[in-house]
Amino acid sequence: MKMDAVFERSKTLTSVSTHYCPGCGHGIIHRLVAEVIDELVVREKTVVVAPVGCAVLLYNYFDLDAYEAAHGRAPAIATGCKRVHPELVVFTYQGDGDLAAIGTAEIVHAAARGEKITAVFVNNAIYGMTGGQMAPTTLIGQKTTTTTTGRIPERAGYPIRVCEMLATLEGAAYIARVSVTSPKNVIQAKKAIKKAFETQIKGLGFSLVEVLSQCPTNWHMTPAESIKWVDEKMAAYYPLGEFKVPKEA
Amino acid sequence: MTEKRFMAGNEAVAEAAVQAGCKYYFGYPITPQNEIGEYMSWRLPEVGGTFLQAESEVAAIYMVFGAAGAGARAMTSSSSPGISLMQEGISYISAAELPCVIVNMMRCGPGLGGIAPSQADYFQATKGGGHGDYHLLVLAPSTGQEAADLTMLAFDLADKYRNPVMVLGDGNIGQMMEPIEFRPLGTSSVLPRKDWALTGAMGRRSNLLKTLYLDPVILEKRNLANAQKLREAVKNEVRFESYLTEDADIVIAAYGTVARIAKTAIKNLREKGLKVGLLRPISLYPFPYQAFSQMAENVKNFLVVEMSMGQMLEDVKLAICGKSKVHFYNRVGGMVPSYDEITTQVERIVKEAR
Repeated sequence: MKMDAVFERSKTLTSVSTHYCPGCGHGIIHRLVAEVIDELVVREKTVVVAPVGCAVLLYNYFDLDAYEAAHGRAPAIATGCKRVHPELVVFTYQGDGDLAAIGTAEIVHAAARGEKITAVFVNNAIYGMTGGQMAPTTLIGQKTTTTTTGRIPERAGYPIRVCEMLATLEGAAYIARVSVTSPKNVIQAKKAIKKAFETQIKGLGFSLVEVLSQCPTNWHMTPAESIKWVDEKMAAYYPLGEFKVPKEA
Repeated sequence: MTEKRFMAGNEAVAEAAVQAGCKYYFGYPITPQNEIGEYMSWRLPEVGGTFLQAESEVAAIYMVFGAAGAGARAMTSSSSPGISLMQEGISYISAAELPCVIVNMMRCGPGLGGIAPSQADYFQATKGGGHGDYHLLVLAPSTGQEAADLTMLAFDLADKYRNPVMVLGDGNIGQMMEPIEFRPLGTSSVLPRKDWALTGAMGRRSNLLKTLYLDPVILEKRNLANAQKLREAVKNEVRFESYLTEDADIVIAAYGTVARIAKTAIKNLREKGLKVGLLRPISLYPFPYQAFSQMAENVKNFLVVEMSMGQMLEDVKLAICGKSKVHFYNRVGGMVPSYDEITTQVERIVKEAR
């Protein structure tokens, strides 16, 4: 009997096991980005810029030409690459510490310039790779290794809503926030990532998709609890949706 | 012969870069080198290139990282405080072995310092500057013409060694206007192909530009390979000028602006019958240790003149290794030594030696 394949590994992904923790959102997000690249048939003209953070080794999983950036500098490197090769699809993949703390200037100005790149911004409200310190997106009251009694705004300020901030910029063409906590949200997330890549390919300007993601390890939760925490706590402060869409899209 | 154009050193550097095939410039304004970016902003579009005014020197150096990694000839320029901001990126660019050119028209420091000329970034330029073991190749022009020539050379050296190259001038070199002739190198040597560049993995295995090596066994090999590459550069790329040193009793060691002033002092001293010469390093890394060492066999007194608290002085002493006396004269904080001051210093040394 002839069997049709109904599910395969994305052509853009390599055949290796990942270093990500059980229950981490990066695996799903990698898969979605890879599927979008497959569907747009741009694998051989795409360049990815890896961040510093948990996803620093993403080039082990994506079969793409890749830069490994310094912490926060991915949008500047992507800019340099895209200006040399405007025909390529160039995207950064960055965490919250990378994009919203040390790399705030780079992402804001890449968006302000309308740089024709895409940023996949993974917000899990914590520094994962260094072991669970406070992130710029850590929620008020959230316990981390540097806010052991919970984030107190008087001492540690307030979490940054990146999408809302960047959506005020003329150069930003597509800005959306999604999560990967349920099949429905995963489908929405993929749609947003695809729109972001299409925005770049059409030359409409800067695009960014913020993906709320779970970090069971550093949140000290089970994967199931961490999914619930994204839905109940994170999505309450960081509402899902499209903040800016290009007129032509 | 090409026609001569009257222009500032900064403009000469910019035009030379364009003529060397640099199509991408990323930078952030800072005095006294703004003419480089301003020139590039209208000149690069003429040749189908890109000028981009970055949000900071930090971003600018990583844009260079991106463009160089994409296989293009790319450059940035700045002055001392801005170059300090770029040190992180320069370390990463060295680690990723990307060819690019960085121009530093030095101003006085530390801190915000001032906008007048200085040579106080010598250590930063020649000894590493950022974290980790690496070296830039460093070229130090002493005239506008040489600034143009060395900028062109810098792009070839960068490609040849897959290493960043710094053109180290100062505010004086950048601002002074002189007749400049552009003389493309007409590269005889074939430069290596950039088959490592990121261009989209069309019909080939994907390329990766990275600097993270968590396995010490592998990173040690990378460090050693980089050191071996630099040893090749040390062997091949030492450049210096010997000026009236053959019969000299005293040799002045100076580079850049100061070397030029020293030549005037030497002319005056020779008219007074004193046999004085100049040994001028053109490449600061690799440093002409051997030239100094050999000269110290016959010359008993050297005078190092710098616009710093004594930075190149250390390399001269290292080269001479106690064989001769090494004297030092400096001006700092943006003050430039006059040829009269240098003349007086040499006369003092002669008097003491008698």
